[in-house]
Amino acid sequence: MKRVKVAIIGAGIIGASIARVLSRYDNLEVHLIEKNSDVGWGVTKANTALIHGGYDDDPKKFPLRAKLCIQGNRIWHQWVKELEIPHIWNGALIVALTEDDFDELETLLERGIKNGVPEMRIVDKEEALSLEPGLNPKALGGLWIPIVGQIGPIPAVVAMVENAVSNGVKLHLETEVKGIKLENGEVKGIETNNGLINADIVINAAGLYADEISKMVGIDYFEIHPRKGEYWIFDDDVPGPRRVLFPTPTPISKGVVVTTEISGHLMIGPNAQDLPKEEKENLATTREGLNEVWEKAKKIWPNLPPKSKVIRTFAGLRPEPTGGDFIIKAEEEVYGFINVAGIRSPGLTSAPAIAYEVKEIIERDLGIALTEKYHWNPYRRDITHFFMLPREEANRLIATNHSYGKIVCKCNKVSEGDILEAIERMKFIGVKTPSIDSVKVRTKATSGTCQGTFCKVRIVQILAREYKVEPWKVTLKGKGSEIGVGDVKVLLRRTHDGEL
Amino acid sequence: MMESYDVIVIGGGPAGLAAAVKAKELGLETLLLDENEFLGGILPQCIHPGFGIHYFKEELTGPEFAHLFIEKIKDVGVKYQTSAYVLNIENYSDLEKKIVFSSPRGIKEVWTKTVIYAAGAREKHAFEIGIVGDRVAGIYTAGEAQTLMDIYGIMPGKEIVIVGSGDVGLIMARRFALEGAKVKAVIELMPYPGGLARNVMILRDFNIPLYLSHKVVEVRGKARVEKIKVVKVDENFKEIPKSEFWINADTLLISAGLMPNVRLLQRIGVKIDPSTGGPIVNELLETTVPGIFVAGNALLINDLVDYVAEQGEIAAFGAKEFIENEGIPSKKWIKLENGQNIRLLAPHYLSGERDVYVYARVSAPMENVKIVFPEIKKKLRSPMVRPAEMLRIRLKAEEIRSAEKKITMEVIPQ
Repeated sequence: MKRVKVAIIGAGIIGASIARVLSRYDNLEVHLIEKNSDVGWGVTKANTALIHGGYDDDPKKFPLRAKLCIQGNRIWHQWVKELEIPHIWNGALIVALTEDDFDELETLLERGIKNGVPEMRIVDKEEALSLEPGLNPKALGGLWIPIVGQIGPIPAVVAMVENAVSNGVKLHLETEVKGIKLENGEVKGIETNNGLINADIVINAAGLYADEISKMVGIDYFEIHPRKGEYWIFDDDVPGPRRVLFPTPTPISKGVVVTTEISGHLMIGPNAQDLPKEEKENLATTREGLNEVWEKAKKIWPNLPPKSKVIRTFAGLRPEPTGGDFIIKAEEEVYGFINVAGIRSPGLTSAPAIAYEVKEIIERDLGIALTEKYHWNPYRRDITHFFMLPREEANRLIATNHSYGKIVCKCNKVSEGDILEAIERMKFIGVKTPSIDSVKVRTKATSGTCQGTFCKVRIVQILAREYKVEPWKVTLKGKGSEIGVGDVKVLLRRTHDGEL
Repeated sequence: MMESYDVIVIGGGPAGLAAAVKAKELGLETLLLDENEFLGGILPQCIHPGFGIHYFKEELTGPEFAHLFIEKIKDVGVKYQTSAYVLNIENYSDLEKKIVFSSPRGIKEVWTKTVIYAAGAREKHAFEIGIVGDRVAGIYTAGEAQTLMDIYGIMPGKEIVIVGSGDVGLIMARRFALEGAKVKAVIELMPYPGGLARNVMILRDFNIPLYLSHKVVEVRGKARVEKIKVVKVDENFKEIPKSEFWINADTLLISAGLMPNVRLLQRIGVKIDPSTGGPIVNELLETTVPGIFVAGNALLINDLVDYVAEQGEIAAFGAKEFIENEGIPSKKWIKLENGQNIRLLAPHYLSGERDVYVYARVSAPMENVKIVFPEIKKKLRSPMVRPAEMLRIRLKAEEIRSAEKKITMEVIPQ
């Protein structure tokens, strides 16, 4: 049997979802290509982490967004179980602060019903405050959407990639696409810094860079510009809401969300600032942006903690496409090239539905009949999280392996055993450059109150040992972010010996 | 039968070591738990001198000071366990506590009559002090860089900017300079330096510019720090427009102060003093939960290790009093309150049963002052007070007893 070679560009939430879905087929050889040293480090990394309800998008204006969001929400319920992805289904409340807000909420309710969203309803002041006692007492009511949830976006990517790799997908990390090889209007392969990867089908899931990848095959009807959003995260002893709280949306934005994210930290954000097309790497937080988020969040959640309770601020970029709707199609002018571009919000929610859409495109538009594997494994076990174990189980584990009894990250109770498992998984998918952030996203180490000031150094030691590199060559987040410049005498040696 | 002790000391730094030694010497069955792989707390990373002048009557480095104490622990026969992370303190009753801890030998529960909590402090990091910009490599707290360099032998960077002129920041400025790095600036928010006078001298010794009334507001870089934005502030800490400038550097060191590490105590309802960040305590350093004592930087941030060790010993004495009397006996508790130019103090409640050391810090530097306790008519002269230097004043038992309900401490001009 001749296998069709598929190359997916971008190991973010979209690329990983597609890889997982395509890993099910016997006659596909799937390659997942990522320029970063680990998966999920692009658009996915800084995300509000919501599984949206599917009521936001007008099916007339944004048909793909409207359809795929609610489908994605439903599929995630199954995927989080199969892949053991951290999640919570806690519902959302869109808060009305003025009588006029209810007009907009009615519109959302109607639209949600049209999109097939179940269980939504308008609630009065009393019910809104009983759903969320810390809400601004001036709130007049809201729209209650119980099917909204939250997941860990990078843990989700990690889980999907692990599952895909165990089902035969090949992940190419630190591999940057330089060009796409075409012959007679057909895709033949991808030129990368690591050489040519042959491919019959190229799926462009390159996030912010999807327009540039598309231009490589001469398709330039859309552009992606970055839209920045900034966030605050507070210490986990700060009380946050039980539900996801939205303000009543405006035509351009769903607004600043107030939520307790799945690790138990109050999080507020994002705002929306459009950046020029060239600034696709601009992830800097700004005072103006953070202040805007603060002021807006305060309107629905007046009890914001003092600034001394902030443990992190960060910014993310959403890829905003020309026209606003997702661009998911097999391009007719280049056989084998599929754009999955402009996946802005609700991209995380829609990801699994987008992946099935791509599978259908391969069958329907490229005319490839897919045959299912006899042994496809839908499951993936999460690594051990010491902080979640019941005491008896923790003791059983420590008895077999003492490293589970050694706590490395004090704030989040992450054990050395957890970290060793994370490193084993990193190696399994092919992470070559050891980084603290790779350990962080898999274990939560360094993400607590002290932001790693106690444990980063210990993690560096463990990574250096397991990867057999000098400790200062361990990185924070990939090449160029090494944690040191050498041993403590390195600068003195250079001065005296005249080196460098 | 579950293991049971008179005292469990949490934390094997100077406060915990001193508490454990004293408790054992007082005849109490003592267990010391430390979450690190080695005892000493932060002492092993403090390779500079200046330790133990009062306690051992000689000037030692941190590792030397720790070594002497660890020898003492072994000499008096304190039981201790490293890599022991306390998951929970359960307040079973005023007379019994249960400590749950994880270690390479499993999760264990032990009973104890008293707890001396000496878990130290943590450092404020870049996000807590409002620095914006890129989240890149090369941003370290001063203590983190100290661990990297002096425990693990890793050189973090070449061109350094330090936020904060506290002792750790200044000592690390010298450390970096001695290793051949270029320390480009120390940036201090206050109009005066934050460290002990002897450490401020370092800046002159190594020609390091100090910018008072300035703050770092932004960091930029691709993968690693490349430049750092500094701005001048007025007397109300408001930024002065157009005063900003950039410094090129590959490393930003945050030395913005320490916070007592009290999360476990808060969970069982220990009351915290917002000005110290540590628990509210009586003269034997007992917290508001009977039988739980606190010492060292978990109580309040100290400037000298000798005071930290002293607090450990006071807590050990407290534990003995507590066990013998099933509680700390007192006819009345007199409250000690901060007055003029006192930013923080401890202890907060005094019985008048014994002499007491009061530890306090001023809010602002002042010359030619009187340290006054008006209710007990006590006055002390001092040529100079500075926020960096902790005041340690002895109050006599009879002085304390002469007060009705409260004693105020103030610092006023002579």
